[in-house]
Amino acid sequence: MHTLTWIAAAVLTTLVCGAIARAGDGDSGSPWRIALTRLRDNHTAFAALCVIVALLIVAALAPWLAPYSPIAQPDIVKLKNLPPSLAHPFGTDFASRDVFSRALYGARVSLSVALLAIVVSASVGTAYGAIAGYVGGRIDTIMMRLIDAGLSVPRILLLIAVLALWAPVPLPVLVLLLGLTGWFGVSRVVRAQVLSLRERDMVVAARALGASDREILWRHILPNVLSPIIVSITLGIANVLIVEAGLSYLGVGVRPPSASWGNMILDGADEIASLWWISTFPGLAIVVTVMAFNLLGDGLRDALDPRQVDG
Amino acid sequence: MTSSPSASAPLLSIRDLSTWFHTGGRSVSRAVDGVSFDVMPHETVGLVGESGCGKSVTSLSILRLIERPGRIEPGSRIDFEGRDLLSLDDRAIRAIRGNRISMIFQEPMTSLNPVFNVGDQIAEVARVHSRASRREAWERAVDMLQQVGVPAPADRAREYPHQLSGGLRQRAMIAMALMMHPALLIADEPTTALDVTIQAQILELLAELQARVGMSILLITHDLGVIAESATRVLVMYAGQIVEEAPVRTLFDAAHHPYTEGLLSAMPRLGDRRERLTVIPGTVPSPTQWPAGCRFHDRCAYAWERCRTQVPPLYQIGAGHVSRCHLAAEPARRQASGAAAGAAPAS
Amino acid sequence: MTAPNVASARSAPAPNGAAPLLAVRDLVKHFPITRGVFRRRAGAVRAVDGVSLDVFPGETLALVGESGCGKTTTGRAILRLIEPTAGEIRFDGADVRALDGEALRRLRRQMQIIFQDPFSSLNPRMTVGAIVREGLTIHKLAEGEAADARVRELLDEVGLRADVASRYPHEFSGGQRQRIGIARALAVEPRFIVCDEPVSALDVSVQAQVINLLEDLQRQHGLAYLFIAHDLSVVEHIADRVAVMYLGRIVELADADEVYRRPIMPYTQALLSAVPVPDPTRERRRIILSGDVPSPANPPSGCPFHPRCPHPRKDEACTRLVPPLEQKEAGHLAACIKQTPTTVSWPEQQAAGGTMQPERIMPVASG
Repeated sequence: MHTLTWIAAAVLTTLVCGAIARAGDGDSGSPWRIALTRLRDNHTAFAALCVIVALLIVAALAPWLAPYSPIAQPDIVKLKNLPPSLAHPFGTDFASRDVFSRALYGARVSLSVALLAIVVSASVGTAYGAIAGYVGGRIDTIMMRLIDAGLSVPRILLLIAVLALWAPVPLPVLVLLLGLTGWFGVSRVVRAQVLSLRERDMVVAARALGASDREILWRHILPNVLSPIIVSITLGIANVLIVEAGLSYLGVGVRPPSASWGNMILDGADEIASLWWISTFPGLAIVVTVMAFNLLGDGLRDALDPRQVDG
Repeated sequence: MTSSPSASAPLLSIRDLSTWFHTGGRSVSRAVDGVSFDVMPHETVGLVGESGCGKSVTSLSILRLIERPGRIEPGSRIDFEGRDLLSLDDRAIRAIRGNRISMIFQEPMTSLNPVFNVGDQIAEVARVHSRASRREAWERAVDMLQQVGVPAPADRAREYPHQLSGGLRQRAMIAMALMMHPALLIADEPTTALDVTIQAQILELLAELQARVGMSILLITHDLGVIAESATRVLVMYAGQIVEEAPVRTLFDAAHHPYTEGLLSAMPRLGDRRERLTVIPGTVPSPTQWPAGCRFHDRCAYAWERCRTQVPPLYQIGAGHVSRCHLAAEPARRQASGAAAGAAPAS
Repeated sequence: MTAPNVASARSAPAPNGAAPLLAVRDLVKHFPITRGVFRRRAGAVRAVDGVSLDVFPGETLALVGESGCGKTTTGRAILRLIEPTAGEIRFDGADVRALDGEALRRLRRQMQIIFQDPFSSLNPRMTVGAIVREGLTIHKLAEGEAADARVRELLDEVGLRADVASRYPHEFSGGQRQRIGIARALAVEPRFIVCDEPVSALDVSVQAQVINLLEDLQRQHGLAYLFIAHDLSVVEHIADRVAVMYLGRIVELADADEVYRRPIMPYTQALLSAVPVPDPTRERRRIILSGDVPSPANPPSGCPFHPRCPHPRKDEACTRLVPPLEQKEAGHLAACIKQTPTTVSWPEQQAAGGTMQPERIMPVASG
């Protein structure tokens, strides 16, 4: 049963990666297709992409892939703190919970929190930056000074304070908080891009044709800011993952018994020398995932580089 | 390859230079594909061609400034002052750059370092290539600025590139290039980015400096007017190859190659009364896929079967005049299609 | 010298006395220079400093000058792609600066622009077909099948095959992209096109193709062009009349022939003599100007050209008096107080410190 699901997961991963690779085929001149081809040819980035696809599929199918329940404590006397073995690939923790299963469920939590938070950040940041950049003038100045003010507040400390005071925090609220504190970077990137696009001849041409501001934003500006936004999002996911892990490690993020990679590390922190498996495996998971997103982000930046598209 | 008019040895001798870019996959961009020519001492050679013909890559190859994925292919030979430049090690070639062979570029703003003042940048050349002290090098730099016609050179030397106008920046770059009195100056489109009145100043300056210092100039440009004014001998490049070489007057009076003819015809010039400009139909082929046979054949009004299959060698047309065109072997064909070719194509 | 007729002669009237399609009077555009966090105004770049010109239906008026002279800004200000600081612009009698919203949008159909840089003037994420179709969509000129057909027609008119419509700009060469830009402008059926250095970025052999195309289209559609350029050889070929700009002002304006054969402004004379001629036997009798083009943020006092002017009668009056653009001969205007005839009288010049009487210096033979 579990084995079958694992095989299904592997097959699904291969299919998805294959489809992405094939999407770059053909000779349409579309800049997106060209970017996909370049990404595919960048072996490191493509490998990172496959790792991420695998992680996402595994996280989605966690309930059917995990050999044990992540919160069940079958035998707190005999089965606790067991080192890795065939029955428990990542060992068990102080409550006799299977670390591997917890890691799988933890992936679900950590990844979904990160992805949703980034969606919030990207939406708010893009809208804010696009308006500031396009409208310009004094409004732009004011909007940017607000960003400066926002950036001067230390994000982690603020989050810790809010989460500690408002404990316990339901997951959706955590997502919102992470999202609403992390959009400043995206907005600056978008604003810079919009500013430079606004002066480009192609926008002047659209104005000369009589296009309205809305038409220009939609047809000319937004499609051309998508590239830096995509890169920003990918790198941002890595960032949020780390922040969430940190918050959970400090005990203010995802609360037990729910598993998140961050609070799993906390579980094993005291005995890290002897019961190393409890902290190390979730730690490794974070490292691998963050590295994969960073590599993918770098690869996307190169692949989407507009200078190379323009002949 | 022509026999040089004077009997002295060439300053720079290039034989079968090929520079290819291996851009991944199976495609190879043969930007320069078998180029041979000489530059004699004290002469100005013009290298003219449009974008994509390989002239800039040629100049960068001479100074071995080609980076991966570009590569100077084996079988190429570049001799300078009797030494084989391609076999020198890094240190030796660096000793030549800026010292015996200098280069100036089209965009002085991007080739000057924005965080140093121009005096320091020019002085650095002297400090790298000679034992000059900081003070000596600075003084020589200021002196060089004066020689290139910069007013108040001591003040200008303390300024940064962005504070100078386009013409002054170009002069600063020329000063930097001439600090060590090189034997050869490679000027890659030195006036293209400048206003025409400034361009006139810079061309005058180059001519004057050449006479004074006695160096040779390899002048690379797409502007035939600049060539007519400054060069004594002209090389026309197309699709990575030299297609015509001639003394400057011969080129303008009696060009042989149809591409050269087309270029001369397509240029609007002052005093020109024609109703329509003659056009060279078609576009430049891609360097990853040069056509078979003569690379110009699909745009040439005179082309016939032989042109599609056989690569033309450089035929000797006259003294110092060669042309890569089969018309040299079968001149009657020029008359035959002359009527069709002479009139401007419809669009 | 006969007394010059200056009163209303702002520009050469059309041969058949028709009214101008575009009439610009005293156009000014200053860009403020700001300092500090709150952007205090510290000065201004006087890009366009009082330009007046007319463009008649079906003609090509060339606007030439070197970098920084304000020609590009003038072209864009006329179309209100840059908002003018002052001045009057009348298109077909209508006051362009007074229009807004829907009325301005409608006017935009009649006045179009093509750009210098074929790389940045097309949206890399849109197909060629979409680019050309945009104007049709904005003004609801055609939709669906009809729009596609019209796009094919336009592409054909500029010499491109219909199948390019599904491809992207980066797949084309500079000359082809320029044609796409022309097709885009033609889609809305304009009567007047500002050609902003349309061939400067192209190779010589491609320039010829595009110039021929522009001339053909002008004949077929009765278009008027404001042809902005710095390459005098190209301009001589295509222009009916020529206006020479320097530091935000027009300093000479006449029929093309007149400007090229008998230039009156010392600047124009120097400009023409500086053009490299592809004839190695021609003796170069150059007028080499000293110094560089000054910055429009800090123009010289009086005549903007005086620091570089080689006129033998140049004196202190030139540093104090701004020369008016006035008629020197029938249909030929120039701005120089030392080239006779001039309305700036000798006593006036003396009062400003003038020491040398004006005298007409014939241009040095360069052509």
